[in-house]
Amino acid sequence: MKSRFLIPLGIFVLLVVVLIVGLNHSREVGVLQSPLVGHQIPDWELPMLTDPAKRMGSRELKGQWYVLNYWGAWCYACRVEHPTLLQAQHDARVQIIGVDWVAGNQDENAQALEWLARLGNPYSTVVTDLDGRTAIDLGVAQAPESFLVNPQGVIVYKEPGIITPEIWRREFLARLPPQSTAPVANEGGS
Amino acid sequence: MLPELGHFALVLALVLAGLQAFFGIAGPALGRDRWVAATTSAVAGQFVMVATAVGILVYAFVNFDFSVLYVAENSNSALPLMYRIAALWGAHEGSLLLWIFLLAVWTLAVAIVSRNLPERFAARVLGVLGVLSFGFLLFTLATSDPFRRLIPAAADGHDLNPLLQDPGLAVHPPILYTGYVGLAVAFSFACAAMLEGRMDPNWARWTRPWTTAAWAFLTCGITLGSWWSYYTLGWGGYWEWDPVENASFMPWLVATALIHSLAVTEKRGLFKSWTLLLAILGFSLSLLGTFLVRSGVLVSVHSFAADPSRGRFILAFLGIVIGGALALYAWRAPLLKSNAGFDLLSRESFLLFNNILLVVAAATVLGGTLAPLIGDTMGQTSLSVGPPYFRPTFLLAMVPLLLLLSVGIHAAWKRGRLEVAVKPLVVTLAVAGILGAATVFGFYGGRHALAITGFTIGGWIILSSLLDPIDRLRRHLSLSRAVLGMTLAHIGLAVAVIALTGVESYTSERDIALGRGESAHVGDYDFRLMGTQELEGPNYSATRATVDVSRAGRMITTLYPEVRQFWVQQQTRKIAGIYNLHGTDLFIALGDNLGAGRWSLRAQIRPLITLLWLGPLFMALGGALALSDRRYRLERAAARAGVAGTAHGEAQ
Repeated sequence: MKSRFLIPLGIFVLLVVVLIVGLNHSREVGVLQSPLVGHQIPDWELPMLTDPAKRMGSRELKGQWYVLNYWGAWCYACRVEHPTLLQAQHDARVQIIGVDWVAGNQDENAQALEWLARLGNPYSTVVTDLDGRTAIDLGVAQAPESFLVNPQGVIVYKEPGIITPEIWRREFLARLPPQSTAPVANEGGS
Repeated sequence: MLPELGHFALVLALVLAGLQAFFGIAGPALGRDRWVAATTSAVAGQFVMVATAVGILVYAFVNFDFSVLYVAENSNSALPLMYRIAALWGAHEGSLLLWIFLLAVWTLAVAIVSRNLPERFAARVLGVLGVLSFGFLLFTLATSDPFRRLIPAAADGHDLNPLLQDPGLAVHPPILYTGYVGLAVAFSFACAAMLEGRMDPNWARWTRPWTTAAWAFLTCGITLGSWWSYYTLGWGGYWEWDPVENASFMPWLVATALIHSLAVTEKRGLFKSWTLLLAILGFSLSLLGTFLVRSGVLVSVHSFAADPSRGRFILAFLGIVIGGALALYAWRAPLLKSNAGFDLLSRESFLLFNNILLVVAAATVLGGTLAPLIGDTMGQTSLSVGPPYFRPTFLLAMVPLLLLLSVGIHAAWKRGRLEVAVKPLVVTLAVAGILGAATVFGFYGGRHALAITGFTIGGWIILSSLLDPIDRLRRHLSLSRAVLGMTLAHIGLAVAVIALTGVESYTSERDIALGRGESAHVGDYDFRLMGTQELEGPNYSATRATVDVSRAGRMITTLYPEVRQFWVQQQTRKIAGIYNLHGTDLFIALGDNLGAGRWSLRAQIRPLITLLWLGPLFMALGGALALSDRRYRLERAAARAGVAGTAHGEAQ
């Protein structure tokens, strides 16, 4: 057996290793959840996109449900997610905080503002992660990624990819307390 | 009751596929002719069972059987009939069933056509195809049963993904899949030859038509997808280097290489082991694409619901099939010797360069696509690459490929004599260069070195491709369909190159905000928003804008871009308004309501984009033409005429 005919097999084995790691990784951050889920969100404080002099962080948001959504104007998948967030913002129980992830894109902040003006702004507040340090703290590996944080500041869910209407219903809304308008008396109805 | 029958049909199909694999591979190996003969029956049975399952699922969709989970998730009582049928491949389970069905169709076609091939060889081909069918059927039954019941039944369905409710997308998956799955045939021919441990002198001639057919379907499927994303996603992009687009493009590149190396193997008996390797790689990449789309390892617009258990299954299957084929290759390929030589400037050399460049291109695309995963493996966090990586690296392989094409088609087999061709080549290059420069300076304006290069390369390929056919016609010599097909495909490539050059160099694009009656200037054109109105479709409501387009005061057309809001899934989808003016698209997409009667719009002028769809169409037609060449039909007729052919095959 000449060894050069083994080269393709060797390359393939390497590829399989990469795929296995990739699959386990996606399981880690995806279905089995990130190690942060169930724990306090690491303290974060970031400048606002519209007015970098002002800052916002986990402290101000204590006491309310919020979704921290990492996105960027450079991110193709974020465009796909966007219409869902536009719909989702109407739920009064939770606010959506956008984090514009600069990730090395030079004109990111300008492009992000332009994007929001053009496609609509689903966020109650948009902050910007200039040096990506918060992204590292939160273990954000790609965009979009979203965290659902409860009033105690605990991450209750992390979505490692695009939020679809289905995921929003099943993974986010289902974890929120029932709408206050829902009459309790209904329970006896059936 | 019917859905249970459908499930049962799939179970039977699994059993039959298992038998097909066993008889087809073990029969020839152990010299049992009864087993060999039984392979075809298993193929026919498996096809009937899979077709039954597909029929039952279509029936459930057409008749609104919302007690079937897959139907309830992917259709709705308001969904029009055409999309209820297309909903079959609207999500993971059904599209997997489509995959299996198309594989069964290809397998049946192989069984019918290869009645003229040596019996044992044909059985081996069908046996390998049986392994693939078995794996996919097992995958379906184990992780993705399309017939799962929903009890109690839903009152109404959750509707088909709005993005898929479009004529272009209704046909895109079946055609693309036909191409993907078709590569399995070349793969199986390669595996069969390696199982035999020798390559029949006619092997390449048997394999070529199948490869060309699959390649032509793949070409059409990719183009349809690109066209669809252009007019429907609302931002006028036709190629984003998205992981799944790449997943379809890599097999295409390798299949293109395979078509060319098969030519060498058929004509000269060279490149044997290389051709086998390409046949394995082509299908392997289409399997890899399936894995990437369905396992959720990469984020993409095309992703199906991510499910790691599916990912693990496909990965295991991938490992067995591809790993097995490559191991077989390592074992058997050294036995295949090609002892003829060739000169540096011979046709063989140019086809070798073609192959190397295409494979390099496929490898760079693969590297870019897997970069996030490779990053994970090395412990890096985010290593995502986009068009800034893909464009230059891809061009780096493509430009030499295109430049060598014109020379290569004029090189002779075996001998490195280019002298005769030098003069016409130089003349055509000069003419193409002048035409290219004239187009840029005279027509589009501006000094655009890249545009001149692109136009020149495209023009050169067209002119030099025509040299030989015209010469033969002038001398009243016959032109085979194979040569005509090749010429047409090369011209198609050139047309696509010219289109890409035009689109990339001269697109004007602006995002504008307009109130009623206001207009904006984009390129040489004025877009005026005349008004908007609300409409209702069968399962959506829509806002449609009326936009008048004029140039220098002269009215050209009225466009009606739409935003559709689908009721059930609460998703919006855009339909761009497009008018084609001599190959230039005037494109307008409706954005958001900015309040007070103002809307955001995206206007684009894309010159030559029509050619971007025509080029690949020519390529596919060229493939179809080459397929119908006399020598493939003669081969069949000759084999039918006497048993001599088979006896000769068995002699060894």
